[in-house]
Amino acid sequence: MSTPGSSRREFLINSVSGLGAAWVAANYSGILEAEEFVQQAARSGQPAKLQFFTPDQAAEVEAMAAQIIPTDGTPGAREARVINFIDRALVTFEKDQQPAYAQGLKDLDGQTKQLFPSASKFSALTSEQQIQVLTAMEKTPFFNLVRTHTVTGFFASPVHGGNQNKVGWKLVNYDDSLNFKPPFGYYDAQLMKSR
Amino acid sequence: MRQFTPTTEVDFVIIGSGAAGGIMAKQLSIAGLKVVVLEQGGWGKYGHEQDYTKDEWLNDNPNDADRLMSDPSRQRNTFRRSDKDKATAGSHSYGCVVGGGTVTYGGSSWRHLPYEFNEATHVGTIAGTGMADWPITYEEIEPYYTKAEWELGIAGQRVNSPFVAPMSQDYPVPPMPLKASGALFKVAASKLGLTVVEGAVAIISKPYMGRSGCVNCGMCSGFGCHVKARSSTAVTMIPAAIKSGNCEVRTNSYVREISTDATGRVTGVTYFDANKREIFQRAKAVVLSANAGESARLLLMSKSARFPNGLANSSGIVGKYLMLGGGASASGLLEHPLNDYKGIVTGAGIVDYVPSDPKRGFYGGGRMTARGFDTPINYALRGLLPGAPRWGAGYKKALQEEATHKMTVSCFVTQLPLETNRVDLDPEVKDDWGLPAMRITSTSHPDDIKNMEFFRQKSIEVLEAAGAKRIFAPPVGDSRGGAHNRGTCRMGNDPKTSVVNKFHRAHDVPNLFIVDGSNLVTGGRNHPTMTIQALAFRAAENIVKAAKAGTLTRL
Repeated sequence: MSTPGSSRREFLINSVSGLGAAWVAANYSGILEAEEFVQQAARSGQPAKLQFFTPDQAAEVEAMAAQIIPTDGTPGAREARVINFIDRALVTFEKDQQPAYAQGLKDLDGQTKQLFPSASKFSALTSEQQIQVLTAMEKTPFFNLVRTHTVTGFFASPVHGGNQNKVGWKLVNYDDSLNFKPPFGYYDAQLMKSR
Repeated sequence: MRQFTPTTEVDFVIIGSGAAGGIMAKQLSIAGLKVVVLEQGGWGKYGHEQDYTKDEWLNDNPNDADRLMSDPSRQRNTFRRSDKDKATAGSHSYGCVVGGGTVTYGGSSWRHLPYEFNEATHVGTIAGTGMADWPITYEEIEPYYTKAEWELGIAGQRVNSPFVAPMSQDYPVPPMPLKASGALFKVAASKLGLTVVEGAVAIISKPYMGRSGCVNCGMCSGFGCHVKARSSTAVTMIPAAIKSGNCEVRTNSYVREISTDATGRVTGVTYFDANKREIFQRAKAVVLSANAGESARLLLMSKSARFPNGLANSSGIVGKYLMLGGGASASGLLEHPLNDYKGIVTGAGIVDYVPSDPKRGFYGGGRMTARGFDTPINYALRGLLPGAPRWGAGYKKALQEEATHKMTVSCFVTQLPLETNRVDLDPEVKDDWGLPAMRITSTSHPDDIKNMEFFRQKSIEVLEAAGAKRIFAPPVGDSRGGAHNRGTCRMGNDPKTSVVNKFHRAHDVPNLFIVDGSNLVTGGRNHPTMTIQALAFRAAENIVKAAKAGTLTRL
């Protein structure tokens, strides 16, 4: 990742390996804004500054995301920093979903307190309790929205804030080199051998 | 680039710059004719193709300047199954950029087979359908298939098979690498006694005519090609047209009417520019290449006292015999990784079921293609086999297990031309320019549905023979729109039953030519682009002759 003092452009080139310097140069202005966000996080070692959520809201959404793609033997939504992607998306591509989050977080709180009256908030519940709350909500538009955003953030290019260190791509064995030579997989390799 | 003023009478206005329009632009302009191409989309990354994004999220969320497809929320359209229903918002979308759909398509470039030009004779007319022979034969179009393949750059393997169209020359570049899904087709085919043919695709496997060979990046269908390996008309035809000094391409130009005079001759085209200002471009003749949906809509919008039912529509069949395209598919999980996300979308086909077989009890046929292509976001949101958990530890486990192990058999099948299936003008809904939205009415013939089911079953057989462990074949469904729409301005010899003659000239309007998928009389096996392009080369040759002979404005 970035080291203090390195230029932004250089940082971009390093972080989007596979696309090549020419691509970055050409798209520089377009992705600069998104990169700003990621770069900040990389420098500080802290989550990037939130643009839409309050820290409390971010904790709630991140807890949801972490149940949708949990951390087990491999990194989940939390390590991928999906929350950065969602926060950033809500002030750019997905601006029109802001009200859905505002209302959805209220509904999440309501569902949490309905099932666990003494709970302070969703993110404070045990994992099992969180799963219970989300199971009760899994058919709601809000849950599906957070699911779509979580999955998208987990698998979109890291330049958009999530999929940090390409953990999403690694999970599904996706190689982002964008330049391949056959054989590509097992069966074509077998066929080539037999010839 | 040469520029013309709207008040200058150019030889041709060409509406659309896609699969056919791009070819028309080149062929007419290099013959010395003055051409203005009106393209409703933008330039895309024309001339700096290396900037086409390979970022899935950006590609799915383009800003206006980067948009490559029409936007159904602006180019609004509606859909209904039958005249009894009220049409509701539709999702029909098509290529909308210089080069049209060829900028982003998978590139399948199969020729129609000889008998696909005379199926009414070959398999018989079918009551209640518009099954008809074409006014041209395979022998007449064959040289233009060859021309299209060599001028565009098609990769493939010439084979001698009753299931594949005969060719007078090889393809100009060798086939693309066989993918794992294609290798599995071979495994299955050897067990089932079937024939596998490597795909004919508009993607070059090695450098050709100054363009780079494909690097198998995998971000293919739906994305612009950053190495110019996809043989879109934007990299093969349009540059030569512009270089001729006789062609101006005007982007963001949304045509609303083809205008005519009192004698019934076309005088030019009225369009909205990027700022929605209305401009009239004068022309001696017009070539309409806006795709089957939009070409029909534009003719229907071009009403006048002389043409009260729309231009070139004395037959009343403009918009009718629409074929949206039918399909069937099945997916299965294999033991070992395919990594089919690398490379192009479609690598190989099983072709034994291309012909219609009366023993099946219905008309139909199709081509089976091997696929395993998936991009990460799309895979994770929509790519798992049904039944997988949608979130949590189980979801994550399924994502890991199925990743790169899935193969899909995707079939492209016949669809009968029916008079009731059509494009017309929605009586209520307007597009973003205030024009009547395209209304699609379509229900496939019962034989089409039986054919889809036949291919669904065959797909399962192939996956089983390939060794798939878990197989899922979604129920067959009828189409609602898409890139393969054909048939709305059919060609024919009889002005009462067709819109254009065998040289694409409108029967009713001597200086109007319609050249695109709308001309297809029957739909083939739902891989239309190569036939559209061969037709375009043939049409251009005849139009140039007419222009030179001074017979553009008279029949």
